[in-house]
Amino acid sequence: MYTIRQIQSWLHKKERSAVEIAQEYLDYIHRSEPHLKSFICVTPEVALAQAEAVDRQLREGKPMSPLAGVPIAIKDNLCTQGITTTCASRILANFVPPYESTVTARLQQAGTVMVGKTNLDEFAMGSSTENSAFHRTANPWKLACVPGGSSGGSAAAVGGNQVPIALGSDTGGSIRQPAAFCGVVGLKPTYGLVSRFGLIAFASSLDQIGPFARTVEDCALLLQGIAGYDPKDSTSLQVEIPDYASLLTPDLTQSLQGKKIGVIQETMGAGLDPEVAAAMQGVIKHLESMGATVEEISCPRFQYGIATYYIIAPSEASANLARYDGVKYGLRAEAKNLLEMYGKTREEGFGAEVKRRIMIGTYVLSAGYYDAYYLKAQKVRTLIKQDFERAFQQVDVLICPTTPSPAFPAGSKTNDPLSMYLSDLMTIPVNLAGLPALSLPCGFSQEGLPIGLQIIANVLREDLLLQVAYAYEQSTPWHKQPFPLLG
Amino acid sequence: MIDRAQVAHVANLARLQLAEAEVEIFAKQLNDILQYVEQLNQLDPQLEGVEPTTRAIEGTIPTRPDAIRQMVDPEALLNCAAAREDTFFRVPQILG
Repeated sequence: MYTIRQIQSWLHKKERSAVEIAQEYLDYIHRSEPHLKSFICVTPEVALAQAEAVDRQLREGKPMSPLAGVPIAIKDNLCTQGITTTCASRILANFVPPYESTVTARLQQAGTVMVGKTNLDEFAMGSSTENSAFHRTANPWKLACVPGGSSGGSAAAVGGNQVPIALGSDTGGSIRQPAAFCGVVGLKPTYGLVSRFGLIAFASSLDQIGPFARTVEDCALLLQGIAGYDPKDSTSLQVEIPDYASLLTPDLTQSLQGKKIGVIQETMGAGLDPEVAAAMQGVIKHLESMGATVEEISCPRFQYGIATYYIIAPSEASANLARYDGVKYGLRAEAKNLLEMYGKTREEGFGAEVKRRIMIGTYVLSAGYYDAYYLKAQKVRTLIKQDFERAFQQVDVLICPTTPSPAFPAGSKTNDPLSMYLSDLMTIPVNLAGLPALSLPCGFSQEGLPIGLQIIANVLREDLLLQVAYAYEQSTPWHKQPFPLLG
Repeated sequence: MIDRAQVAHVANLARLQLAEAEVEIFAKQLNDILQYVEQLNQLDPQLEGVEPTTRAIEGTIPTRPDAIRQMVDPEALLNCAAAREDTFFRVPQILG
Protein backbone atom coordinates (compact mmCIF):
# COMPACT_ATOMS: atom_id res chain seq x y z
CA MET A 1 0.00 0.00 0.00
CA TYR A 2 2.20 2.84 1.24
CA THR A 3 5.87 3.75 1.38
CA ILE A 4 7.63 5.05 4.49
CA ARG A 5 7.79 8.58 3.02
CA GLN A 6 4.03 8.55 2.39
CA ILE A 7 3.31 7.50 5.99
CA GLN A 8 5.79 10.07 7.32
CA SER A 9 4.18 12.82 5.27
CA TRP A 10 0.68 12.00 6.58
CA LEU A 11 1.89 11.95 10.17
CA HIS A 12 3.78 15.22 9.93
CA LYS A 13 0.99 17.07 8.15
CA LYS A 14 -1.43 15.58 10.68
CA GLU A 15 -3.54 14.21 7.83
CA ARG A 16 -3.70 10.74 9.33
CA SER A 17 -2.73 9.38 12.74
CA ALA A 18 -0.44 6.42 13.38
CA VAL A 19 -3.41 4.62 14.95
CA GLU A 20 -5.52 5.09 11.79
CA ILE A 21 -2.70 3.78 9.61
CA ALA A 22 -2.09 0.81 11.92
CA GLN A 23 -5.81 0.01 11.93
CA GLU A 24 -5.97 0.11 8.13
CA TYR A 25 -3.10 -2.40 7.90
CA LEU A 26 -4.57 -4.61 10.65
CA ASP A 27 -7.95 -4.67 8.86
CA TYR A 28 -6.28 -5.64 5.61
CA ILE A 29 -4.21 -8.33 7.34
CA HIS A 30 -7.45 -9.70 8.79
CA ARG A 31 -9.00 -9.90 5.29
CA SER A 32 -5.97 -11.19 3.39
CA GLU A 33 -4.53 -13.59 5.97
CA PRO A 34 -6.85 -16.50 5.07
CA HIS A 35 -5.29 -16.41 1.57
CA LEU A 36 -1.67 -15.66 2.41
CA LYS A 37 -1.04 -16.99 5.93
CA SER A 38 2.12 -14.89 6.26
CA PHE A 39 1.86 -14.65 10.03
CA ILE A 40 2.31 -17.06 12.90
CA CYS A 41 0.74 -14.52 15.22
CA VAL A 42 -0.80 -11.11 14.62
CA THR A 43 -0.34 -8.60 17.46
CA PRO A 44 -3.05 -5.92 17.17
CA GLU A 45 -2.80 -4.85 20.84
CA VAL A 46 0.95 -4.26 20.56
CA ALA A 47 0.52 -2.44 17.26
CA LEU A 48 -2.20 -0.10 18.50
CA ALA A 49 -0.34 0.68 21.75
CA GLN A 50 2.84 1.48 19.81
CA ALA A 51 0.87 3.62 17.33
CA GLU A 52 -0.80 5.52 20.17
CA ALA A 53 2.61 6.25 21.67
CA VAL A 54 3.78 7.64 18.31
CA ASP A 55 0.68 9.85 18.03
CA ARG A 56 1.29 11.14 21.56
CA GLN A 57 4.93 11.98 20.80
CA LEU A 58 3.87 13.73 17.58
CA ARG A 59 1.36 15.85 19.52
CA GLU A 60 4.12 16.78 21.96
CA GLY A 61 6.26 17.84 19.01
CA LYS A 62 9.11 15.46 19.79
CA PRO A 63 11.67 14.76 17.03
CA MET A 64 10.79 11.46 15.36
CA SER A 65 12.69 8.78 13.44
CA PRO A 66 11.60 8.28 9.81
CA LEU A 67 10.40 4.85 10.90
CA ALA A 68 7.95 6.23 13.52
CA GLY A 69 4.42 4.98 12.94
CA VAL A 70 5.45 2.56 10.20
CA PRO A 71 3.83 -0.89 10.50
CA ILE A 72 6.36 -3.72 10.48
CA ALA A 73 6.30 -7.53 10.54
CA ILE A 74 9.04 -9.48 12.34
CA LYS A 75 10.28 -12.94 11.40
CA ASP A 76 9.39 -15.30 14.21
CA ASN A 77 13.00 -16.28 14.92
CA LEU A 78 13.67 -12.88 16.52
CA CYS A 79 13.02 -12.78 20.26
CA THR A 80 10.29 -10.37 21.35
CA GLN A 81 9.90 -10.04 25.09
CA GLY A 82 6.50 -11.23 26.30
CA ILE A 83 5.40 -12.28 22.78
CA THR A 84 5.63 -15.90 21.63
CA THR A 85 8.69 -16.60 19.49
CA THR A 86 8.31 -20.02 17.89
CA CYS A 87 10.89 -20.30 15.08
CA ALA A 88 7.98 -22.14 13.39
CA SER A 89 8.92 -25.18 15.48
CA ARG A 90 6.87 -27.37 17.79
CA ILE A 91 9.82 -27.33 20.17
CA LEU A 92 9.34 -23.57 20.76
CA ALA A 93 5.57 -23.41 20.12
CA ASN A 94 4.93 -21.93 23.58
CA PHE A 95 8.22 -20.09 24.13
CA VAL A 96 7.80 -16.54 25.43
CA PRO A 97 11.24 -14.88 25.50
CA PRO A 98 12.21 -13.08 28.71
CA TYR A 99 14.27 -10.55 26.70
CA GLU A 100 14.12 -8.50 23.50
CA SER A 101 16.41 -8.84 20.48
CA THR A 102 18.61 -5.83 19.79
CA VAL A 103 17.06 -5.14 16.38
CA THR A 104 13.47 -5.14 17.63
CA ALA A 105 14.49 -3.04 20.64
CA ARG A 106 16.04 -0.46 18.28
CA LEU A 107 12.95 -0.43 16.10
CA GLN A 108 10.68 0.01 19.12
CA GLN A 109 12.83 2.98 20.09
CA ALA A 110 12.40 4.37 16.57
CA GLY A 111 8.61 4.03 16.89
CA THR A 112 7.79 1.25 14.44
CA VAL A 113 4.44 -0.45 14.90
CA MET A 114 4.75 -4.25 15.14
CA VAL A 115 1.70 -5.94 13.60
CA GLY A 116 2.90 -9.51 14.05
CA LYS A 117 5.45 -12.29 13.81
CA THR A 118 5.87 -13.97 10.44
CA ASN A 119 6.06 -17.56 9.27
CA LEU A 120 9.31 -19.25 8.26
CA ASP A 121 10.84 -22.61 7.56
CA GLU A 122 11.42 -24.21 10.94
CA PHE A 123 14.62 -22.74 12.44
CA ALA A 124 15.10 -20.90 9.12
CA MET A 125 16.03 -24.17 7.41
CA GLY A 126 14.43 -24.24 4.00
CA SER A 127 13.70 -22.36 0.80
CA SER A 128 9.90 -22.45 0.58
CA THR A 129 8.40 -21.86 4.08
CA GLU A 130 6.83 -25.31 3.68
CA ASN A 131 8.94 -26.57 6.60
CA SER A 132 6.94 -24.51 9.11
CA ALA A 133 5.44 -26.71 11.83
CA PHE A 134 2.24 -24.63 11.67
CA HIS A 135 1.15 -23.88 8.10
CA ARG A 136 2.50 -22.99 4.70
CA THR A 137 2.51 -19.41 3.39
CA ALA A 138 1.28 -18.57 -0.12
CA ASN A 139 3.01 -16.47 -2.76
CA PRO A 140 0.96 -13.26 -3.15
CA TRP A 141 1.41 -13.27 -6.96
CA LYS A 142 0.17 -16.84 -7.32
CA LEU A 143 -1.27 -18.54 -4.28
CA ALA A 144 -0.40 -22.07 -5.45
CA CYS A 145 3.30 -21.17 -5.50
CA VAL A 146 5.69 -20.91 -2.57
CA PRO A 147 6.82 -17.48 -1.30
CA GLY A 148 10.39 -18.76 -1.00
CA GLY A 149 12.15 -19.15 2.29
CA SER A 150 13.12 -19.24 4.90
CA SER A 151 11.79 -15.70 5.49
CA GLY A 152 8.74 -16.47 3.32
CA GLY A 153 6.24 -14.95 5.76
CA SER A 154 8.03 -11.58 5.85
CA ALA A 155 8.43 -11.51 2.04
CA ALA A 156 4.80 -12.47 1.42
CA ALA A 157 3.60 -9.90 3.98
CA VAL A 158 5.43 -7.09 2.11
CA GLY A 159 4.61 -8.43 -1.38
CA GLY A 160 1.00 -8.98 -0.36
CA ASN A 161 0.52 -5.40 0.93
CA GLN A 162 0.12 -6.49 4.56
CA VAL A 163 3.03 -4.31 5.76
CA PRO A 164 5.33 -1.74 4.15
CA ILE A 165 8.45 -3.25 5.75
CA ALA A 166 9.55 -6.43 7.50
CA LEU A 167 12.60 -8.07 9.03
CA GLY A 168 14.05 -11.40 7.98
CA SER A 169 17.26 -13.35 8.46
CA ASP A 170 19.56 -14.74 5.78
CA THR A 171 21.93 -17.69 6.27
CA GLY A 172 22.12 -18.95 2.67
CA GLY A 173 19.65 -16.69 0.85
CA SER A 174 16.69 -16.61 3.22
CA ILE A 175 16.03 -12.89 2.62
CA ARG A 176 17.02 -12.54 -1.04
CA GLN A 177 15.39 -15.69 -2.43
CA PRO A 178 11.91 -14.97 -0.95
CA ALA A 179 12.30 -11.28 -1.90
CA ALA A 180 12.84 -12.41 -5.51
CA PHE A 181 9.87 -14.81 -5.40
CA CYS A 182 7.54 -12.18 -3.89
CA GLY A 183 8.66 -9.20 -6.03
CA VAL A 184 10.04 -7.08 -3.19
CA VAL A 185 13.41 -5.63 -2.18
CA GLY A 186 15.42 -7.68 0.33
CA LEU A 187 18.91 -6.98 1.63
CA LYS A 188 21.40 -9.21 3.42
CA PRO A 189 23.92 -6.91 5.11
CA THR A 190 27.65 -7.52 5.61
CA TYR A 191 28.25 -10.14 8.31
CA GLY A 192 28.52 -8.13 11.53
CA LEU A 193 26.76 -4.94 10.39
CA VAL A 194 23.55 -5.82 12.25
CA SER A 195 23.51 -7.24 15.78
CA ARG A 196 22.21 -10.77 16.10
CA PHE A 197 21.53 -10.61 19.83
CA GLY A 198 18.12 -12.26 20.22
CA LEU A 199 18.16 -13.94 16.80
CA ILE A 200 17.64 -17.67 17.36
CA ALA A 201 20.90 -19.13 16.05
CA PHE A 202 21.01 -21.47 13.04
CA ALA A 203 24.53 -21.29 11.53
CA SER A 204 26.47 -18.69 13.45
CA SER A 205 29.26 -18.03 10.94
CA LEU A 206 26.63 -17.18 8.28
CA ASP A 207 23.44 -15.80 9.92
CA GLN A 208 22.60 -12.14 9.38
CA ILE A 209 19.42 -10.07 9.91
CA GLY A 210 18.18 -7.74 7.18
CA PRO A 211 15.30 -5.67 5.80
CA PHE A 212 12.44 -6.31 3.36
CA ALA A 213 10.67 -3.35 1.75
CA ARG A 214 8.68 -2.31 -1.31
CA THR A 215 11.36 0.08 -2.53
CA VAL A 216 15.12 0.51 -2.30
CA GLU A 217 14.68 3.75 -0.34
CA ASP A 218 12.48 2.05 2.28
CA CYS A 219 15.02 -0.76 2.45
CA ALA A 220 17.75 1.83 3.16
CA LEU A 221 15.66 3.48 5.87
CA LEU A 222 14.98 0.17 7.63
CA LEU A 223 18.64 -0.87 7.36
CA GLN A 224 19.54 2.45 9.01
CA GLY A 225 17.25 1.58 11.90
CA ILE A 226 18.92 -1.76 12.66
CA ALA A 227 22.60 -1.36 11.66
CA GLY A 228 25.33 -0.54 14.14
CA TYR A 229 27.60 -1.87 16.84
CA ASP A 230 26.17 -3.85 19.73
CA PRO A 231 28.38 -5.08 22.59
CA LYS A 232 25.93 -7.97 23.12
CA ASP A 233 27.02 -9.61 19.83
CA SER A 234 30.72 -10.53 19.72
CA THR A 235 30.67 -10.56 15.89
CA SER A 236 29.25 -7.03 15.72
CA LEU A 237 31.53 -4.66 13.77
CA GLN A 238 32.57 -1.32 15.25
CA VAL A 239 32.16 0.81 12.15
CA GLU A 240 30.66 4.16 11.22
CA ILE A 241 27.17 3.74 9.69
CA PRO A 242 26.55 6.09 6.74
CA ASP A 243 23.21 7.83 6.22
CA TYR A 244 22.10 5.35 3.56
CA ALA A 245 18.93 7.09 2.37
CA SER A 246 20.75 10.40 1.80
CA LEU A 247 23.06 8.62 -0.66
CA LEU A 248 20.12 7.85 -2.97
CA THR A 249 20.31 11.06 -4.96
CA PRO A 250 18.20 12.03 -8.01
CA ASP A 251 21.23 12.06 -10.38
CA LEU A 252 21.51 8.28 -9.92
CA THR A 253 18.16 7.78 -11.62
CA GLN A 254 19.62 9.32 -14.79
CA SER A 255 23.12 7.92 -14.99
CA LEU A 256 25.47 5.22 -13.76
CA GLN A 257 28.43 6.77 -15.59
CA GLY A 258 31.70 5.56 -14.12
CA LYS A 259 30.24 2.51 -12.35
CA LYS A 260 31.80 -0.83 -13.19
CA ILE A 261 29.46 -3.80 -13.00
CA GLY A 262 30.47 -7.46 -13.31
CA VAL A 263 28.13 -10.23 -14.42
CA ILE A 264 29.08 -13.50 -12.72
CA GLN A 265 29.74 -15.70 -15.74
CA GLU A 266 29.12 -18.99 -13.91
CA THR A 267 25.52 -18.00 -13.10
CA MET A 268 24.47 -17.39 -16.69
CA GLY A 269 24.95 -20.87 -18.15
CA ALA A 270 22.98 -24.10 -18.32
CA GLY A 271 20.17 -24.66 -15.84
CA LEU A 272 18.97 -21.06 -15.94
CA ASP A 273 15.26 -20.66 -16.68
CA PRO A 274 14.93 -19.02 -20.15
CA GLU A 275 12.71 -16.23 -18.81
CA VAL A 276 15.23 -15.45 -16.07
CA ALA A 277 18.04 -15.48 -18.66
CA ALA A 278 16.07 -13.06 -20.84
CA ALA A 279 15.39 -10.76 -17.89
CA MET A 280 19.15 -10.72 -17.13
CA GLN A 281 19.95 -9.74 -20.72
CA GLY A 282 17.47 -6.89 -20.29
CA VAL A 283 19.21 -5.80 -17.08
CA ILE A 284 22.63 -5.79 -18.74
CA LYS A 285 21.39 -3.70 -21.70
CA HIS A 286 19.65 -1.29 -19.37
CA LEU A 287 22.69 -0.77 -17.13
CA GLU A 288 24.84 -0.14 -20.22
CA SER A 289 22.29 2.37 -21.52
CA MET A 290 22.70 4.23 -18.21
CA GLY A 291 26.42 4.58 -18.85
CA ALA A 292 27.74 1.79 -16.63
CA THR A 293 30.53 -0.47 -17.87
CA VAL A 294 29.29 -4.06 -17.77
CA GLU A 295 31.70 -6.96 -18.15
CA GLU A 296 31.67 -10.70 -17.52
CA ILE A 297 33.60 -11.81 -14.46
CA SER A 298 34.52 -15.36 -13.61
CA CYS A 299 34.17 -16.69 -10.06
CA PRO A 300 35.31 -20.25 -10.84
CA ARG A 301 34.54 -21.67 -7.38
CA PHE A 302 31.04 -20.08 -7.12
CA GLN A 303 29.44 -23.40 -8.16
CA TYR A 304 30.94 -25.15 -5.12
CA GLY A 305 28.95 -22.92 -2.78
CA ILE A 306 26.08 -25.32 -2.16
CA ALA A 307 28.30 -28.30 -1.38
CA THR A 308 30.37 -26.14 0.98
CA TYR A 309 27.28 -24.71 2.63
CA TYR A 310 25.64 -28.09 3.18
CA ILE A 311 28.63 -29.12 5.27
CA ILE A 312 29.20 -25.88 7.18
CA ALA A 313 25.61 -24.86 7.93
CA PRO A 314 24.39 -28.26 9.24
CA SER A 315 27.58 -28.62 11.32
CA GLU A 316 26.94 -25.32 13.04
CA ALA A 317 23.21 -26.06 13.28
CA SER A 318 23.80 -29.42 14.95
CA ALA A 319 25.83 -27.63 17.64
CA ASN A 320 23.43 -24.67 17.99
CA LEU A 321 20.37 -26.91 18.25
CA ALA A 322 21.90 -29.10 20.96
CA ARG A 323 20.42 -26.59 23.43
CA TYR A 324 16.87 -27.82 22.75
CA ASP A 325 16.89 -30.61 25.28
CA GLY A 326 13.66 -30.03 27.19
CA VAL A 327 15.45 -28.72 30.28
CA LYS A 328 15.62 -24.92 30.32
CA TYR A 329 12.84 -23.87 27.94
CA GLY A 330 10.68 -25.19 25.14
CA LEU A 331 8.90 -28.49 24.77
CA ARG A 332 9.62 -31.37 27.14
CA ALA A 333 8.42 -34.91 26.41
CA GLU A 334 7.54 -37.13 29.35
CA ALA A 335 10.06 -39.90 29.96
CA LYS A 336 11.32 -41.98 32.83
CA ASN A 337 14.96 -40.93 32.62
CA LEU A 338 17.01 -38.03 31.30
CA LEU A 339 18.47 -39.65 28.17
CA GLU A 340 15.08 -40.84 27.02
CA MET A 341 13.65 -37.38 27.73
CA TYR A 342 16.27 -35.77 25.44
CA GLY A 343 15.62 -38.21 22.59
CA LYS A 344 11.84 -38.03 22.78
CA THR A 345 11.71 -34.26 23.21
CA ARG A 346 13.81 -33.77 20.09
CA GLU A 347 11.91 -36.40 18.12
CA GLU A 348 8.55 -34.77 18.89
CA GLY A 349 9.80 -31.20 18.75
CA PHE A 350 11.74 -31.06 15.48
CA GLY A 351 10.42 -31.49 11.93
CA ALA A 352 12.00 -33.59 9.19
CA GLU A 353 14.29 -30.95 7.66
CA VAL A 354 15.69 -29.89 11.03
CA LYS A 355 16.34 -33.52 11.95
CA ARG A 356 17.99 -34.08 8.57
CA ARG A 357 20.37 -31.18 9.09
CA ILE A 358 21.19 -32.20 12.65
CA MET A 359 22.00 -35.65 11.29
CA ILE A 360 24.24 -34.33 8.48
CA GLY A 361 26.02 -31.98 10.87
CA THR A 362 26.53 -34.63 13.54
CA TYR A 363 27.81 -37.09 10.93
CA VAL A 364 30.34 -34.77 9.28
CA LEU A 365 31.65 -33.59 12.67
CA SER A 366 31.84 -37.11 14.12
CA ALA A 367 35.15 -38.85 14.84
CA GLY A 368 37.16 -39.58 11.71
CA TYR A 369 35.22 -37.35 9.32
CA TYR A 370 36.16 -33.83 10.46
CA ASP A 371 39.07 -33.31 8.04
CA ALA A 372 37.30 -34.86 5.06
CA TYR A 373 34.22 -32.67 5.40
CA TYR A 374 34.24 -29.69 7.76
CA LEU A 375 37.88 -28.68 7.43
CA LYS A 376 37.79 -29.14 3.66
CA ALA A 377 34.60 -27.07 3.38
CA GLN A 378 36.22 -24.27 5.39
CA LYS A 379 39.17 -24.26 2.99
CA VAL A 380 36.88 -24.17 -0.06
CA ARG A 381 35.14 -21.28 1.67
CA THR A 382 38.47 -19.44 1.52
CA LEU A 383 38.69 -20.10 -2.25
CA ILE A 384 35.16 -18.78 -2.79
CA LYS A 385 36.08 -15.63 -0.83
CA GLN A 386 39.21 -15.21 -2.96
CA ASP A 387 37.12 -15.35 -6.15
CA PHE A 388 35.02 -12.46 -4.87
CA GLU A 389 38.09 -10.51 -3.70
CA ARG A 390 39.60 -10.80 -7.17
CA ALA A 391 36.32 -9.73 -8.77
CA PHE A 392 36.07 -6.61 -6.61
CA GLN A 393 39.54 -5.53 -7.73
CA GLN A 394 37.99 -5.16 -11.18
CA VAL A 395 34.40 -4.01 -10.60
CA ASP A 396 32.28 -2.03 -8.11
CA VAL A 397 29.42 -4.50 -7.85
CA LEU A 398 28.57 -7.94 -9.18
CA ILE A 399 25.20 -8.96 -10.56
CA CYS A 400 23.47 -12.29 -11.22
CA PRO A 401 19.95 -13.70 -11.03
CA THR A 402 18.80 -14.10 -7.40
CA THR A 403 17.33 -17.50 -8.23
CA PRO A 404 17.69 -19.85 -11.23
CA SER A 405 13.90 -19.75 -11.79
CA PRO A 406 10.83 -17.87 -10.51
CA ALA A 407 8.72 -19.21 -7.61
CA PHE A 408 7.92 -22.93 -7.88
CA PRO A 409 4.59 -24.64 -7.08
CA ALA A 410 4.02 -25.67 -3.47
CA GLY A 411 4.76 -29.34 -2.88
CA SER A 412 6.95 -29.69 -5.98
CA LYS A 413 10.26 -30.09 -4.12
CA THR A 414 9.27 -31.23 -0.64
CA ASN A 415 10.18 -34.89 -1.22
CA ASP A 416 13.58 -34.15 -2.71
CA PRO A 417 15.70 -32.14 -0.24
CA LEU A 418 18.62 -31.84 -2.65
CA SER A 419 16.56 -30.20 -5.41
CA MET A 420 15.23 -27.75 -2.79
CA TYR A 421 18.82 -26.94 -1.75
CA LEU A 422 19.75 -26.19 -5.38
CA SER A 423 17.30 -23.26 -5.49
CA ASP A 424 19.82 -21.36 -3.32
CA LEU A 425 22.64 -21.76 -5.85
CA MET A 426 23.03 -18.02 -6.51
CA THR A 427 22.70 -16.71 -2.96
CA ILE A 428 24.78 -19.11 -0.85
CA PRO A 429 28.31 -18.06 -1.95
CA VAL A 430 27.56 -14.52 -0.72
CA ASN A 431 26.95 -15.74 2.85
CA LEU A 432 30.10 -17.85 2.74
CA ALA A 433 32.07 -14.69 1.92
CA GLY A 434 30.17 -12.47 4.40
CA LEU A 435 29.30 -9.93 1.69
CA PRO A 436 26.29 -7.62 1.45
CA ALA A 437 23.79 -8.37 -1.34
CA LEU A 438 20.34 -7.26 -2.35
CA SER A 439 17.53 -8.63 -4.48
CA LEU A 440 15.08 -6.44 -6.35
CA PRO A 441 12.54 -7.11 -9.11
CA CYS A 442 13.87 -7.05 -12.68
CA GLY A 443 10.88 -8.43 -14.57
CA PHE A 444 7.97 -10.83 -14.55
CA SER A 445 7.49 -14.25 -16.12
CA GLN A 446 4.65 -14.88 -18.56
CA GLU A 447 2.79 -16.45 -15.66
CA GLY A 448 3.06 -13.15 -13.82
CA LEU A 449 5.66 -14.26 -11.30
CA PRO A 450 8.38 -11.79 -10.28
CA ILE A 451 12.02 -12.32 -11.31
CA GLY A 452 14.78 -11.11 -8.98
CA LEU A 453 18.09 -9.42 -9.73
CA GLN A 454 20.84 -9.95 -7.16
CA ILE A 455 23.44 -7.22 -6.69
CA ILE A 456 26.51 -8.08 -4.61
CA ALA A 457 28.99 -5.57 -3.19
CA ASN A 458 32.26 -5.77 -1.32
CA VAL A 459 32.39 -5.91 2.49
CA LEU A 460 30.59 -2.93 4.10
CA ARG A 461 29.73 -1.38 0.72
CA GLU A 462 25.98 -1.30 1.39
CA ASP A 463 26.19 2.31 0.14
CA LEU A 464 27.19 1.19 -3.38
CA LEU A 465 24.74 -1.70 -3.30
CA LEU A 466 21.82 0.59 -2.51
CA GLN A 467 22.92 3.24 -5.01
CA VAL A 468 23.12 0.83 -7.95
CA ALA A 469 19.83 -0.79 -6.90
CA TYR A 470 18.16 2.62 -6.61
CA ALA A 471 19.44 3.71 -10.02
CA TYR A 472 18.10 0.54 -11.63
CA GLU A 473 14.78 0.61 -9.77
CA GLN A 474 13.99 4.25 -10.48
CA SER A 475 14.78 3.97 -14.19
CA THR A 476 12.75 0.79 -14.79
CA PRO A 477 8.99 0.14 -14.51
CA TRP A 478 9.04 -2.94 -12.25
CA HIS A 479 8.51 -1.19 -8.92
CA LYS A 480 5.41 0.52 -10.30
CA GLN A 481 3.67 -2.82 -10.85
CA PRO A 482 0.89 -2.78 -8.24
CA PHE A 483 1.21 -5.50 -5.60
CA PRO A 484 -1.66 -7.99 -5.58
CA LEU A 485 -4.59 -7.22 -3.29
CA LEU A 486 -6.07 -10.23 -1.56
CA GLY A 487 -9.37 -9.67 0.18
CA MET B 1 27.72 -45.27 2.03
CA ILE B 2 25.82 -44.67 5.23
CA ASP B 3 23.81 -47.69 6.31
CA ARG B 4 20.96 -47.95 8.78
CA ALA B 5 23.32 -48.84 11.63
CA GLN B 6 25.32 -45.66 11.05
CA VAL B 7 22.15 -43.57 10.91
CA ALA B 8 21.14 -45.04 14.26
CA HIS B 9 24.61 -44.33 15.68
CA VAL B 10 24.57 -40.69 14.51
CA ALA B 11 21.01 -40.21 15.80
CA ASN B 12 22.19 -41.44 19.19
CA LEU B 13 25.12 -38.98 19.15
CA ALA B 14 22.62 -36.19 18.36
CA ARG B 15 20.24 -37.41 21.11
CA LEU B 16 17.57 -37.73 18.48
CA GLN B 17 15.14 -40.62 18.74
CA LEU B 18 14.07 -41.74 15.25
CA ALA B 19 11.17 -43.89 14.12
CA GLU B 20 12.06 -46.99 12.08
CA ALA B 21 10.63 -45.44 8.92
CA GLU B 22 12.71 -42.29 9.44
CA VAL B 23 15.94 -44.31 9.73
CA GLU B 24 15.22 -45.76 6.29
CA ILE B 25 14.45 -42.38 4.66
CA PHE B 26 17.40 -40.61 6.31
CA ALA B 27 19.83 -43.33 5.19
CA LYS B 28 18.86 -42.64 1.58
CA GLN B 29 18.71 -38.84 1.86
CA LEU B 30 21.99 -38.54 3.77
CA ASN B 31 23.68 -40.64 1.10
CA ASP B 32 22.29 -38.37 -1.63
CA ILE B 33 23.56 -35.27 0.15
CA LEU B 34 26.97 -36.71 0.99
CA GLN B 35 27.34 -37.89 -2.59
CA TYR B 36 26.57 -34.35 -3.75
CA VAL B 37 29.19 -32.78 -1.49
CA GLU B 38 31.81 -35.23 -2.80
CA GLN B 39 32.30 -32.75 -5.66
CA LEU B 40 34.51 -30.74 -3.31
CA ASN B 41 37.16 -33.43 -3.85
CA GLN B 42 37.64 -31.97 -7.34
CA LEU B 43 39.23 -28.97 -5.63
CA ASP B 44 41.81 -31.03 -3.70
CA PRO B 45 44.71 -29.92 -5.96
CA GLN B 46 43.87 -26.26 -5.17
CA LEU B 47 43.64 -26.70 -1.40
CA GLU B 48 47.35 -27.07 -0.66
CA GLY B 49 48.38 -24.39 1.84
CA VAL B 50 44.91 -22.78 1.91
CA GLU B 51 43.86 -21.56 5.35
CA PRO B 52 40.33 -22.48 6.49
CA THR B 53 37.79 -19.65 6.89
CA THR B 54 36.15 -19.95 10.29
CA ARG B 55 34.02 -16.82 10.16
CA ALA B 56 32.77 -14.72 7.29
CA ILE B 57 34.58 -11.53 8.33
CA GLU B 58 37.85 -12.01 10.15
CA GLY B 59 38.34 -9.94 13.25
CA THR B 60 39.42 -10.16 16.83
CA ILE B 61 36.87 -11.34 19.35
CA PRO B 62 36.38 -8.44 21.75
CA THR B 63 36.42 -9.02 25.47
CA ARG B 64 34.54 -7.19 28.21
CA PRO B 65 35.48 -6.63 31.83
CA ASP B 66 34.84 -9.74 33.92
CA ALA B 67 32.20 -8.06 36.04
CA ILE B 68 28.89 -9.46 37.29
CA ARG B 69 25.99 -7.92 35.39
CA GLN B 70 22.39 -9.01 35.36
CA MET B 71 21.07 -9.13 31.80
CA VAL B 72 17.79 -10.96 32.36
CA ASP B 73 15.72 -11.53 35.49
CA PRO B 74 16.65 -15.04 36.76
CA GLU B 75 13.05 -15.69 37.78
CA ALA B 76 11.86 -15.00 34.23
CA LEU B 77 14.47 -17.42 32.89
CA LEU B 78 13.55 -20.17 35.35
CA ASN B 79 9.89 -19.75 34.50
CA CYS B 80 10.62 -20.72 30.87
CA ALA B 81 11.44 -24.27 32.03
CA ALA B 82 8.99 -27.17 31.85
CA ALA B 83 9.75 -27.95 35.50
CA ARG B 84 11.62 -26.06 38.23
CA GLU B 85 12.23 -26.27 41.93
CA ASP B 86 13.46 -23.25 43.88
CA THR B 87 16.29 -21.86 41.75
CA PHE B 88 16.91 -25.12 39.88
CA PHE B 89 15.69 -26.77 36.69
CA ARG B 90 14.04 -30.11 37.49
CA VAL B 91 14.85 -33.09 35.26
CA PRO B 92 13.84 -36.77 35.29
CA GLN B 93 16.05 -39.38 36.90
CA ILE B 94 19.59 -39.23 35.51
CA LEU B 95 21.02 -42.67 36.43
CA GLY B 96 19.33 -46.01 36.02
